[in-house]
Amino acid sequence: MTAPAPLGLLAELTHRCPLACPYCSNPLQLDDRAGELDTAAWAEVFRQAADLGVLQVHLSGGEPASRRDLTEITQAASQAGLYTNLITSAIGLDADRLARLKVAGLDHVQVSIQDTDPATSDHIAGYDGAHARKLAFAGAVTGLGMALTVNAVIHRANIGRLTQMVDLAAALGAGRVEIAHVQYYGWALRNRGALMPTRAQVDQAMQDMQHLQARYAGKLAIDSVIPDYYASRPKPCMGGWGSRSLNVTPSGLVLPCHAAQTIPGLEFWSVRDRTLGEIWAHSPAFQAYRGTGWMQEPCRSCEFREQDFGGCRCQALAIAGDAAATDPSCNLSPLHGRMRALAEHDAAGTETTYIYRGRPVRRDATPIPTH
Amino acid sequence: MPDPILPERPRLAPGVRLHFDKTRNAWVLLCPEKVIEAEGPASEILRRCDGTRTLDTIIDELAVVFAADRSVIAQDVAEMLAEMAGKGLLVA
Repeated sequence: MTAPAPLGLLAELTHRCPLACPYCSNPLQLDDRAGELDTAAWAEVFRQAADLGVLQVHLSGGEPASRRDLTEITQAASQAGLYTNLITSAIGLDADRLARLKVAGLDHVQVSIQDTDPATSDHIAGYDGAHARKLAFAGAVTGLGMALTVNAVIHRANIGRLTQMVDLAAALGAGRVEIAHVQYYGWALRNRGALMPTRAQVDQAMQDMQHLQARYAGKLAIDSVIPDYYASRPKPCMGGWGSRSLNVTPSGLVLPCHAAQTIPGLEFWSVRDRTLGEIWAHSPAFQAYRGTGWMQEPCRSCEFREQDFGGCRCQALAIAGDAAATDPSCNLSPLHGRMRALAEHDAAGTETTYIYRGRPVRRDATPIPTH
Repeated sequence: MPDPILPERPRLAPGVRLHFDKTRNAWVLLCPEKVIEAEGPASEILRRCDGTRTLDTIIDELAVVFAADRSVIAQDVAEMLAEMAGKGLLVA
């Protein structure tokens, strides 16, 4: 089937990252530095993306600031006419570098936080001093009059401080906060046992969200998605596979979603070999789950199939062992009960250590705040 | 009368900009993690929210552009800008 023009491009500039977060959703096998697209190649990707109809580019990673040419890359995206959003841990950035990015045309900055307490935050990130740097950098963003989103990744160790994290985002001058419950793809799946919140925690978090939405109405936009493993309806993943957005990996492969490489047998095409337009229209990976023709029951005849698109293909693979199955987070899936049981088993907390990304150590998963 | 909560010289908030989408042949408002359609009169209003024009000036100009009664335009502009301000897309 033919596809409408995409709106968004996730540009994974590098897989390098100074942090070691156990919930990293990047693949187990990372692209190395030598294989990364260079500045000119990214500039060409952005021009082709703009021609294809893309309006917004999300400069991500890994940590995009690990690229020395981040300013040039940002400028190329801006000159292509794209709205530029930098998704960063803040490590490797300071006010001077930010000022250069602003001049280069950067429109918006998203900074992640791990928690509200510095010691706990740094423990989760596996990086001493990270939290203080994040707060300083967030201050620099608003200090330059730029738009700031704070992204808070939520899991068992910090879900009880959801309200404090939103309060922190507001105090930092953010216009928007994302409550991002951990998605168990890539590296994160290895740590599911140490990260999964309990049902009671999630219920409390949903109540907290209602209070926060009311308290911050008109002042702070709060976007939140229910954690998949406790959901009853699946998320409309990517707004439909190959429908709204695309993802370019550090080495130039074009994916329908961030985690698509976890699905065996998909053939991905590269921007080194073909144009983005050709890839979007004809790549086997994009065609695989576009539309509704690939669906099995119960999706195939479901009244919600054009609304949630059967949920997430990568999650169907991870839980059902079949990427074309109904996402088991859907209560119409025959495996819905199994998914809930997995969550409850993991949440019971027998696994208490994090396997850090890129660090040869395991550490206790429930850090004790210093105060 | 315009809604008193509206800024005197409205401008788009940081991280928000008006853009003509050539592919879809439509004006859009690009926002953090969001694209909002700004069709027809909306784009005429928003392109004037540059922080230099006063609300009165914007209304005067639009009354000419649309050859319409000023009081009607004033109400339409006030409603739209109040909604935008409520979403944090507009600042003083």
